[in-house]
Amino acid sequence: MKQGARTRGQEPSRFTYHETVYLLEGVRKVYDGRCVLNIDRLEVRRGEILAVVGPSGAGKSTLLRLLNFLEPPDAGAITFQGNRIGRGPVPLRLRRQVTTVFQRPVLLSTTVAGNVAYGLRLRGMRDGRERIHAMLERLHLAHLARTSARKLSGGEAQRVALARALILRPTVLLLDEPTANLDPYNVALIEQTVQEMNREQGTTVVWVTHNIFQARRLAHRVAFLLNGQMVEVADTETFFTAPRDPRTGAFVRGEMVY
Amino acid sequence: MATVLAGLQEGLRLLLSGDPYLWDIILRTGQVTGAALVVGSLLGIPLGALLGLTRFPGRRLVQTLIYTGMGLPPVLAGLAIYLLLSRNGILGPLDLPWIPKLFTPEAMVLAQVLIATPLIAGFTMAAVAGVDPDLRRQVEALGATRLQVAWAVLREARLGVLVSLVAGLGSILSEVGAVMLVGGNIEGSTRVLTTAILLETRRGNFDLAIGLGVVLLGLSFLVNLGATQLQGKGR
Repeated sequence: MKQGARTRGQEPSRFTYHETVYLLEGVRKVYDGRCVLNIDRLEVRRGEILAVVGPSGAGKSTLLRLLNFLEPPDAGAITFQGNRIGRGPVPLRLRRQVTTVFQRPVLLSTTVAGNVAYGLRLRGMRDGRERIHAMLERLHLAHLARTSARKLSGGEAQRVALARALILRPTVLLLDEPTANLDPYNVALIEQTVQEMNREQGTTVVWVTHNIFQARRLAHRVAFLLNGQMVEVADTETFFTAPRDPRTGAFVRGEMVY
Repeated sequence: MATVLAGLQEGLRLLLSGDPYLWDIILRTGQVTGAALVVGSLLGIPLGALLGLTRFPGRRLVQTLIYTGMGLPPVLAGLAIYLLLSRNGILGPLDLPWIPKLFTPEAMVLAQVLIATPLIAGFTMAAVAGVDPDLRRQVEALGATRLQVAWAVLREARLGVLVSLVAGLGSILSEVGAVMLVGGNIEGSTRVLTTAILLETRRGNFDLAIGLGVVLLGLSFLVNLGATQLQGKGR
């Protein structure tokens, strides 16, 4: 193992078997006649943290909506755990293995605990009290359990949104810039918790960020999306030190003009 | 002025002494209006939710019909039900057991449902449309089925849905035209608060009319008080 690898992205977690969770082939998404996503090939591996970086409007959020089956692709194929996802409705048992934490936390108008319990209730799981409490503790929210979700600060609300997602023990956790606009304390707590879940439970994470330092800190691999196209996907070390595509190098050095 | 005061006094006395004529009317009003509200919300809330949550061909038309229905004069609703149920009408001649007869409480319920449903549907639709659109996406991302998404949005819009019920109840509690037409104001059978006030005022029985009016006003006040209390809790 190379020296200094820890600072250049994470060690592969013990759950990384190089097994494919998602395979996207020729996936296109068109809005109002404009092609916002056009990915020839993208593989997401079990147990990895894959950072997706790129400028605003590159199609990062669109990609996550497709991965969460919130929208179907207009062309191409998505294979999820060996199941080919068509344009029709996605079976609930597959949909419920994936969840997203969005940039702006949208909480239900109930208590903090009620929000965290929500996904469990959708699945008909009634007695999750212990689990809810443990998750609240983990994200330093236990003292707010009975507080109305409307009275939270931005950082607290985002931690509730993360707790609500993580308690479901998803196979895949999709994060759409969850720490943008948050203070360092909340950023650190969220990053740490996601990393722990990735290590402990082998949760596959796709983390969209436009913060390349965050990508470097957390990811096993980094994907660079530009104008809807996948410019480069590489392990974190290679991505930052020896990128194949000159545009990746320019983006990493902050020289990209867009 | 003396008439008014005396009427008020006598009205309160009748009310407190449990006058059977007065209480019979109060109870029937509660039954008819309550039944109409239940049926109206069972129709109106899902309809409003559907219109607020989905896009389908003909949605605009349904929306326009609802808006028109929200301003429908009650007496026209009464006329419609009258034409539907009368012996020479559309459904009346069929003489089926599940079709209500004219001049029965059931016919009055039907007319009031026709008045309340568009109001409930319209206000529910507005409330549902006012919920943060990102909430649906978030709930879906957490694994909700379509029905669970609709339920979550309705729950978020609960204050607006409550307002729709109050508006529906207010409209049928206070209307007189429709129940007069299809009910006929028959004593002991289809006489309700509003039709009784109309009759007693014409007869010159101001005390009774005022007593009935106080009850009507009181009921309306209680409904709105309850609604504002709930609204306060939802905040």
